Amino acid sequence: MDNKILEIKNLKALVSETGEEILSGIDLEIGDGETHVIMGPNGGGKSTLVNVIAGRDSYEVSSGSIKFKSKNLLNMNIDERSREGIFLAFQYPSEIPGVRPWQFMKAAVDAKRKANGDPELSVREFSKIYDDNLKKININSDLMKRSLNEGFSGGEKKRNEVFQMMMLEPNLALLDETDSGLDVDALKAVGDAVNNLRDSKRSFLIVTHYQRLLDHIKPDFVHILINGKIAESGNSDLVKKIENDGYESFA
Amino acid sequence: MTSDNNSISRKTKLEDKDYKWGFTTDVETEVVPKGLSEEIINIISSKKSEPKWLLDWRLKAYKHWLAQDKKEGEPEWAMVDYPDINYQDIHYYAAPNLSDAPKSLEDVDPEMLEAFEKLGIPLEERAQLAGVAVDAVFDSVSVATTYEKQLKELGIIFCSFSEAVKNHPDLIEKYLGSVVPYSDNYFANLNSAVFSDGSFIYVPPGVRCPIELMTYFRINTADTGQFERTLIVADKDSYVSYLEGCTAPIRKSSQLHAAVVELVALENAEIKYSTLQNWYPGTKEGVGGVYNFVTKRGKCLGKGSKISWTQVETGSAITWKYPSVILQGDDSVGEFYSVALTNNRQQADTGTKMIHIGKNTRSNIVAKGISAGEGNNTYRGQVKVLPSAENAQNFTQCDSLLIGDKCGAHTVPYIEVKNPSAKLEHEASTSKVSDDQLFYLMQRGLDEEEAHHMIITGWSKEVFKELPFEFAVEAGQLLKVSLEGAVG
Repeated sequence: MDNKILEIKNLKALVSETGEEILSGIDLEIGDGETHVIMGPNGGGKSTLVNVIAGRDSYEVSSGSIKFKSKNLLNMNIDERSREGIFLAFQYPSEIPGVRPWQFMKAAVDAKRKANGDPELSVREFSKIYDDNLKKININSDLMKRSLNEGFSGGEKKRNEVFQMMMLEPNLALLDETDSGLDVDALKAVGDAVNNLRDSKRSFLIVTHYQRLLDHIKPDFVHILINGKIAESGNSDLVKKIENDGYESFA
Repeated sequence: MTSDNNSISRKTKLEDKDYKWGFTTDVETEVVPKGLSEEIINIISSKKSEPKWLLDWRLKAYKHWLAQDKKEGEPEWAMVDYPDINYQDIHYYAAPNLSDAPKSLEDVDPEMLEAFEKLGIPLEERAQLAGVAVDAVFDSVSVATTYEKQLKELGIIFCSFSEAVKNHPDLIEKYLGSVVPYSDNYFANLNSAVFSDGSFIYVPPGVRCPIELMTYFRINTADTGQFERTLIVADKDSYVSYLEGCTAPIRKSSQLHAAVVELVALENAEIKYSTLQNWYPGTKEGVGGVYNFVTKRGKCLGKGSKISWTQVETGSAITWKYPSVILQGDDSVGEFYSVALTNNRQQADTGTKMIHIGKNTRSNIVAKGISAGEGNNTYRGQVKVLPSAENAQNFTQCDSLLIGDKCGAHTVPYIEVKNPSAKLEHEASTSKVSDDQLFYLMQRGLDEEEAHHMIITGWSKEVFKELPFEFAVEAGQLLKVSLEGAVG
């Protein structure tokens, strides 16, 4: 158990409300510092997988296990998982009226520090990191004076997700179609941000429909998720195969 | 208006401020026997060395109340439910033992000062740091007033109601009951008969009061109903902002609180009145708690005057309160911003009345109700446009937020328009904290309670931003404390 940050074994999950099974036995291991990409047709379970890892309770895990840093993730609440180092960049980030991004991030960063036994950052220390990261991801700071995600365009919301990821410095970042709805520049900014964060202690699990993100981010592994199961795993070459043959050849 | 920097440092300061406010102070208290009668009223009046006209006014009020009590009793239209109140089982007067009234803070009973400390208002420090003059009402009599000198130089009168009766009888006689007549309603009527003390403010023509004036009320003596009477008069072209914050110690039996607040704004004057009400709400099972039956009303008497009510109501077992504005002067403006929270078994029936009389009068209502636990929250508001009110405008927004599935939210707007030129808008919404929002915040590491708190304070922001900064931070904190146990 030397360097696996995430170990998923025979994971089955269903929609709590309807009982419909979405994940039908996933096995996946992610090592420290690795970047994995999940591709697959709509409805295959890509988003469900990352949401289940993050602990969303509209899904129920019916069997199998998830270990994160060798700990049983399924015993942890959503917020505990986050503070433990899991970050989910949302496909559709919520709008929170009256809550400013600064205030939100300060609370989130402090919550994580507190859980690690670190003192809260002073306003000055925090603001410096905040402003630096804003510059790096190139978000208009006027935008960040609004309520969280309110009046943000689709692309701005996605940039804001990546910005939050930079702020929280997770050990495992789950990107749920962060590239969809982005123009070329935004796509490059997101790619650069991820590449800058890549190091031996941080792993990525990236859900995407498009190969174009992979022009910026070179994954270590690519998995194809179809009907709730990983149909095939490989390296970036797999992406080309998808481009040529479509998903049907894997089904 | 507020910088994030400040809000953070304030937050840290306020953090250990749970509802630890259930303590009583052991100050010698002078108590008049329980019960209500002409004799008791005579005693109250003579203890305060009041002039005859005021005693007569009290007695008139008492007779009217008595008749009303026999005929129909308490008003029953509000959506609140409580056991009968025995008006003969209440002390109508309690004063800290002050044969020698304190001349300065040094003369104030140290134990009393300690009580203020526990409330988080070290009088002298806080007043100086925050630039706020505090007229501290401890039970019924004012015990300390700061900044009086500075205000005096500007001609501003800020003192206890009793002092005002002594030192400014002409103003009191002119304005007392001019907005809320003694016969107005059952509880205001009772207050007029037995009112103990409260604050009085007069701002002379052309003066802008440079500091926020603040009073803390506390109900301290066991089973003492507190009947404050507050009167604020803003003369021509003047401005004053007044803050009222309340906490009460835990008591076994319910406590009746029936205050009256009257505001008068003359030509082009502006009064901003902010309230943070956090009286003891009773236990989770609904035992005890303060009954808060309050009449607050302002009159925009002069042309171009403005009265603005902002309230955050988190406390009391029962809240019955409708801060209102009579828009008499042409071009006058009335505003009402409210967040009312009910948790556990709390009940709130609160709202406002905007009475448009003058031409081009405008009113703005933003009422937000948060219901949690088995709490019941009713917005009740009236907008009335009289035939004389040419081109009157009103905008009303009522939002309800539900937490859990055992609480209730109700909106009861009364609209009466007698002038066809009037423009009225009414918006209402009811929502729940969405699972998506919660998941989003919790995924960033906030626990469930903190996530709820952030969403709810954000939702309340439209009202909070109307509060003076100091209050806005405290208000957020109060919501948090009041919602403890409601989520998760």
